[in-house]
Amino acid sequence: MTQPTTPEQPLGASRVELPRGESETAARAPSSPQTAISMRGLSSWYGSNQVLHALDLEIAAKQVCAFIGPSGCGKSTLLRWINRMNDTIPGARAAGMLSLHGLDLLDPTLDVVDLRRRVGMVFQKPNPFPKSIFDNVAFGPRLHRIYSPTDLEELVEQSLRASALWGEVKDRLDSSALGLSGGQQQRLCIARAIAVGPEVLLMDEPCSALDPRSTASIEELIRELRATYTIVIVTHNMQQASRVSDATAFFYEGKLIETGATDLLFTNPTNRQTEDYVTGRFG
Amino acid sequence: MTSFAARSAGEIAQRGRPHSPLRRRWSEKTIRAILFLLTLLTVVTTVAIITVLATETYGFFTLAGHPEISLWGFFTGEEWSPLLGAEPMFGVLPLVCGTLLVTAIAGVFALPIGLLTAVYLSEYAAPRTRTILKAALEILAGVPTVVYGFFALTFITPYLLQPLSSGFGAYNAMSAGIAVGIMILPIVCSLSEDALRAVPQSLRDGAYALGSTKFDVSAKVVVPAGLSGVIAAFLLALTRAIGETMIVALAAGGLAQMTANPAAQVQTMTAYMVQIFLGDAPAAGIEYKSSYAVAFTLFLITFALTWTGAIVLKRYREEYE
Repeated sequence: MTQPTTPEQPLGASRVELPRGESETAARAPSSPQTAISMRGLSSWYGSNQVLHALDLEIAAKQVCAFIGPSGCGKSTLLRWINRMNDTIPGARAAGMLSLHGLDLLDPTLDVVDLRRRVGMVFQKPNPFPKSIFDNVAFGPRLHRIYSPTDLEELVEQSLRASALWGEVKDRLDSSALGLSGGQQQRLCIARAIAVGPEVLLMDEPCSALDPRSTASIEELIRELRATYTIVIVTHNMQQASRVSDATAFFYEGKLIETGATDLLFTNPTNRQTEDYVTGRFG
Repeated sequence: MTSFAARSAGEIAQRGRPHSPLRRRWSEKTIRAILFLLTLLTVVTTVAIITVLATETYGFFTLAGHPEISLWGFFTGEEWSPLLGAEPMFGVLPLVCGTLLVTAIAGVFALPIGLLTAVYLSEYAAPRTRTILKAALEILAGVPTVVYGFFALTFITPYLLQPLSSGFGAYNAMSAGIAVGIMILPIVCSLSEDALRAVPQSLRDGAYALGSTKFDVSAKVVVPAGLSGVIAAFLLALTRAIGETMIVALAAGGLAQMTANPAAQVQTMTAYMVQIFLGDAPAAGIEYKSSYAVAFTLFLITFALTWTGAIVLKRYREEYE
């Protein structure tokens, strides 16, 4: 690993302890954010089909950045380059520059196992393993052996607390995760991602398979988690983007059309296409 | 031409001569009846086979003039010698033992290799490689079992086993077990692969996203998630191994004995039946009748295994719903 772990995010259980309360969020907002993920001229192809065209974008650390745009605009593809999940797709390739705190993410020799420990992902459809709730959360820590055995239970508890699921499942940690509701499963998947101590959380339309109440709880969770993690969320839901994100990037046909602070982009877009999209005139 | 283009689909459809509703109802009923009768044929055949087995087995146990035959003695007797000696002995355990020994050897050989092959095909192999390997497995599945028997007798025993140890005779349980293992390998492999491929891709993605290697994904997510399907595959394959006849008749020998020694010759339940029905045992004779009792025992064992397999498989189907 060429990139040292950032000092403000030590590994282990302490990572998942979240600052609580409104004052923390308010105190964090004015400080000028440091860049976590940056890309220059990033293009990507599936086979001969170009899906991303020379993107330039900076994503600030410990903020929520929303990717919006119509289906097929490349936002999920971009998300999947940040943790190199595109490696599992035959024929996927990228050119240009993409880095996480200076670490070259497109380096073919990059240790993706290590990268994915630093960059967690939550999927469109909740995908808990057919194991117990405990084993789901403990899966990553066991995989990477980043705990002393006595700490594992505490780490699982902290992760479930951080994903606001602890109260609902603390009495049935040994029962199957498949018995949880959709919203609970998605929060379990977030806990599972948190448990390995990532710096970044990628969320690919995390609420699209959920009912409105579960969606509200996930959104609230996202707002809490941004104190600790850099979050990139892909969403089709304009209201969701405006509710949860600090910055928004609008994509159309593989190009980055506009990016900026969420409140500005939604109220005062500079680009006509962005305006049409965020006001619901197309897409 | 122009008039054709001008007609609507509705007008064209009117020009045909539709069946009258009555005729349509009749042909529908006839087809339904034929299909039902054909289905019934399967059920009737099964029932007939079980009836014959059961009545002949009953006949064996109640045969006049043979007080030495009892249900208890049959299922617990450790000596099986219906054809030799002054007093024939009918204890089925040596035959059960022979069957289980051959099946166990086949299982030890085929289950791990079959599962690992399935993991390779499902998780590691490129699509092209998988196509080629699956074709090879299908060829293996299509080989008549008599060929495996031959192979065991003329290759496995003299060229693989006897050079290893002089304890192996011309007939032995080991060579038959290995050959039966090769026979059930495609079943284990193909059914296990189905079970592994049925594991949703989203679970693999979830594991990869947590930093799993391909091996982690296979061993910690895919195989555990597909485990009940894999176990069902194992049980079905073992059922086939227990019922296998030609290989053991050719390669395992003809001496019914209680042994766990793979170098010894054994007689399985199926091989005994071949010996009786192909030999010149008189049709009313006690040896002839005894084979029905053996067949019924075999049926009970395979039925129990098939049933267990079906229960496990059902559980596995419910897993992702």
